[in-house]
Order: sequence, then structure tokens, then C-alpha cells
Amino acid sequence: MTDKRISVAAVLAVSLVLGACAGKAPKTLPPDPGGAVSTAATDGGSTGPVPGSQADFVAQMMGQDSIYFDTDRFNIDSADMAALQAQATWLARYPAKRATIEGHADERGTREYNLALGERRANAAKNYMVSLGIDAARLNTISYGKERPVALGSDEASWAKNRRAVTVTID
Amino acid sequence: MNRLRLLPLAVLLAAPAMAQQSTPTPQPTVAVPADAPAEEGLTGEVSDDSDWQDLGIAIPAFATNADVPTATSAGSTAALGTSLAQIITANLKSNGLFKPVGPETLPRPAYEEVRAPAYQTWSGRSAEMLVQGFVRPGEGNQLLVGCYLYDVALKQQLASAAWQVAPTDWRRAAHKCADLVYARLSGENPFFDSRIAYIAETGPKDRRMKRLAIMDSDGANHRYLTTGQTIALTPRYSPDYKSILYLSYFNGQPRIYIYDLERNSQRLLLQTSNPLFAPRWSPDGKWVLYSMASGGNTDIYKMPSSGGAAVRLTDAPGIDIGGSFSPDGKRIVFESDRSGSQQVYVMNIDGTDQRRISFFGGRSATPEWSPRGDQIAFTHIAGNLRIAVMDPSGKGMRYLTDSWQDEAPTWAPNGRIVQFFRTARGSGKASLWQVDLTGRNERRLPTPVDGSDPAWGPLRP
Repeated sequence: MTDKRISVAAVLAVSLVLGACAGKAPKTLPPDPGGAVSTAATDGGSTGPVPGSQADFVAQMMGQDSIYFDTDRFNIDSADMAALQAQATWLARYPAKRATIEGHADERGTREYNLALGERRANAAKNYMVSLGIDAARLNTISYGKERPVALGSDEASWAKNRRAVTVTID
Repeated sequence: MNRLRLLPLAVLLAAPAMAQQSTPTPQPTVAVPADAPAEEGLTGEVSDDSDWQDLGIAIPAFATNADVPTATSAGSTAALGTSLAQIITANLKSNGLFKPVGPETLPRPAYEEVRAPAYQTWSGRSAEMLVQGFVRPGEGNQLLVGCYLYDVALKQQLASAAWQVAPTDWRRAAHKCADLVYARLSGENPFFDSRIAYIAETGPKDRRMKRLAIMDSDGANHRYLTTGQTIALTPRYSPDYKSILYLSYFNGQPRIYIYDLERNSQRLLLQTSNPLFAPRWSPDGKWVLYSMASGGNTDIYKMPSSGGAAVRLTDAPGIDIGGSFSPDGKRIVFESDRSGSQQVYVMNIDGTDQRRISFFGGRSATPEWSPRGDQIAFTHIAGNLRIAVMDPSGKGMRYLTDSWQDEAPTWAPNGRIVQFFRTARGSGKASLWQVDLTGRNERRLPTPVDGSDPAWGPLRP
């Protein structure tokens, strides 16, 4: 009971910090996926994300928790590879952690096909991480098709952001 | 369901033969315009309604022998008589086929006049057709509703029928009467006495709540079946209206559930850790088609609706999804991206003889075989998403709609009208629409909140 309360408080503190940081970034743009390098999670004082938590994963990935796809495609390009490599590195550091890869599609397709397409994208991401040495049993996939857009516009820029696979680690 | 007893009464009120007579097809009383399309251009494949649009149909309030209270939501038998005529008027008007005039502006016939219309009254009001009826207490708690269609110019009864309905089902008597009139005047099969399952949507675009809901074909008797705590999608009514197949994220993964409408309970169609999509019934309700993803590859399977071993029907690399049976149960139309983009294919029900039928440019998706068998409705994607039809060999492709995003057609029980959902650019708000096969009579269906994924059930048993 006490432990749980402490960890909840920690997560809350973390999300407050993250929320403050996120507020400074332009809301309409995903963080640039290039060039991010994982850094040690233990720098600084005690106010950072709990190492190995989902909040830590998000902070470390700096946008590379998501990869993006072309219309109707599910191939992993070089930017995706870099992002998945960063994710795999983090997962290798915390071997007890499991993750769910959420596959998504943009709104300009039919609903059922997009469900299958989202599943295909999530699987492409999973397969690449498995090829990097992550145990397949640690990775679940789920498709939301076009039901959960992250960018709300009806334009090419929004659709590009919505054709994605997002890795969410399980705390 | 047990209370939904609807008894066609063969003998009633004795006298004039109640059976639907085989009188000559009533001729529209308006002249056919000189520039009317030639007959062979339509070859009976399309119900061209141009002849009917100006056909005036008077629908006065139904008469009663005594104004007595009823257990219906409409009130006494007299009030019920007005409501019945209003529903029939709305049914016939909403589909753009006729020009009915409802009870508000018409004199109410006496009970004795129902079978002996005052023709001069109606011809004086420029009515070509007249629908009269009565409502009175039936056996037990039930109501007896009679419906008569007359040709005013010919001074002739064209059709009649009567039904005994439970008080909760009183609206069905109106739909049955509208069906009688529609079928007799158009020569098409009836469809008003049917229901629609769909997905009710509320909330912001990135967190839409999606609930399973059902309603009558005119939007009445609306009911939510799920709370919206988990996403529900793509419902399909069973042919006997006893259950609904749909996709739910209950327990996290998208899987197919069977919702039992009699017990208000649900169960998984299939125990598997794989995602399941696109549930469909066979026309006889004995089989279920579904699509299952495995390692990113999605294939179509068939299994008995009562449970049992599934048969895999497709094995092409890629996404095979969304099958729909032909009405004779011998063929399945489905979509596949095996060629590189979504296209429509047909196959035998054992999975043999798979062949592509859509060659239109762009992508072709969500095929649904008409209950008449003569057409396949689908979503054509070339920039915008539009509803189109083609014949089962892939010929004769025609668009029925032209909007930013229309998808997921579902057929009226008679194969003459297609419903679909339309998504608004920007807001992402979805709404239910229908259009007839001419493409001219398009209208939005009234729903309490936004709606998507309409699934039109068959004519009610």
C-alpha cells in the first residue's frame, strides 16, 4: 500500500514535469525523429522519470517511440530503423519490461481495412525489434485502425502523423 | 421477441376480398415526359422513380370503431389512427418515391368509409391514390390494424391487409402498411419493416466514444446496447434479428462478439489471442465469415455460427478482409490488397476460384452483395471515398454518391436502397445516409448522436 502510494506520487511528479516540458514544444509537430541518442537515465537529481518507467521511455525516446509510414505502406525505412534501434536499446536495458506496439492508420481509408493495416504496421515494428534481439514474448501488438488519430486535421500533414506505430511500455 | 407476434389476418371484416388482388399494374397518372430515358437504358435494374414522384397519395388518419385507451405510446385508438397515418406518410415520403399527403390536412374517414371510400372527396383533392385504414382493439391486449390501398381514378381497391400487433409493436403495423403500398405501387419488394444496427459516436476526434446501437428503419425505437467504455465497431444483424455480430475492444484486443438480443448478453465468437475483424453472417444465418490477423497477415475464415471448426478461405500474403455472401449462399465477395492495393474479388464459399472483379483505377473496398443478387455495392477510393455499385462480374460500375468521404454500404432488404456513413472533413463527425439506386434520392438518417457503420437487417420475420 505504502509502496504503491509512493510510486503513484512519483509518476504524478514525473508527468507534471513532462507536461511542463511538452507545453513548450509546438503542439502540431511531432518531435523530430532524427539524431536522438539515448542518454543515461540517472543523470541529475531525483526529479527525473523513474528509470525503466514508461515516462522514462517517453523521455528517453524524444519522439522515437513512434515510427511513421507512407499511405497504405508498412515497410520500415531508415528513420524507423533508428527509432526502433533506440527503443530496442532501452528495452535491452530493462529486460523485465514488456511493451505494446499500437498500429494506426490515417482517416482516408475504409475502417476495416485500416484495422488490418494498423495491425500490419505494428507487426512490422515488432518484427524489426525482434530482429534486433528483443524477445517476441515481450512485445504485444494492437491495432486501432483510424479510430485514434493523434493529429486532428484533415490534411496531408495530419495524415502523415497518424500513419504510425507507437510503442508503449507496460509499467 | 415472443411478444412481437404479427399475424396477417386472411379473413377480416368479411365482404371485399382481402387478398392482394392481381389487378393490372396501376398506371401513373402523369404523362411520361418526352425526354424520359429510353427503357433499355435502365433494363429494370434500377428503380427509376421519375414516374412516381408526382403521384399524390392521400393518407388520412386511420379510423376506429370506438375511441378507447390503448397500451401504446401513441395513446387512444383515435390518436393511434393519426400516428399510424403519419408514420406511413413519413415512410413513403422519406424515400423520395412518392408525394404523400398526411393526416394533418386531410379529413378523417368514418369507420364505415374505410372499405367504401368517398372517391369524389379524394379526386377533388387531386389524390391519385388513397390509403385508408382502421385500428381497433384485437384479441387480448392486442391491436388490430387494417390497411387499404385504393386507386382513386379507377375507383378500385388495389391491395389490403390487416395485422394483429402487440401494443409495443404498434409502429410495425404502420411499416407493414407502408410496405404494402410501396410494393403494390412500385413492383419492388418491401423494406420498411426492418431494423438497423449502427455505431453511435460522441466525443472529440481523437477519443471518440463508439457504442453499439439499434433502431427501426425510420429511426424509432432507438436503443444503445453498449456503454461506450470500449470501442465497438462494424455490427451485423443476424438474419433472424436475434443477435448481432460486432467488433469490440472489450479486454483490450479487437475481437468479434455475438450480442444476444434476447438475453442482453454477449460472448466471444472465437477464443484466440489474434485480432479478429469484419464479421458477416451468411444469408441463412448458419455461417459466419470473419477475418483474422496473424503476424500482420489477415485472411478470411468461415465457421458455423453455432460454433465449431473454422475453415480458412484465403491464404494470399497481405490483407484479405470483409467478405459478403451472395444471396444464394454460393459465392463470397471480399476485398484484398494482394495486387498492391485494395480491390474486390469473388470466390466460391470453399475459397476456390478467387478472381478479381474491380478494374476501375483507384481502390475498391467494403463490397456488399445485394439481397437481390444483381449488384455489389462498394466503396471506391480515388482521392475521395464514394459509394458505387457494379454487377457481380465487375461490369456496369456507377457512383451513387459524390462527397468527401462516404464508406461502408449496406443494403435495404429489397436491394433498392443503400445506406452508408459519411465523414465530415476536419471534424471527423460521421453521419448515416441512404441513397437509392438512381443516386438521386439521398438523405440523412436521423440519429440522436453521430453515427457510422450502418447495418441494415432483412425484412423482419
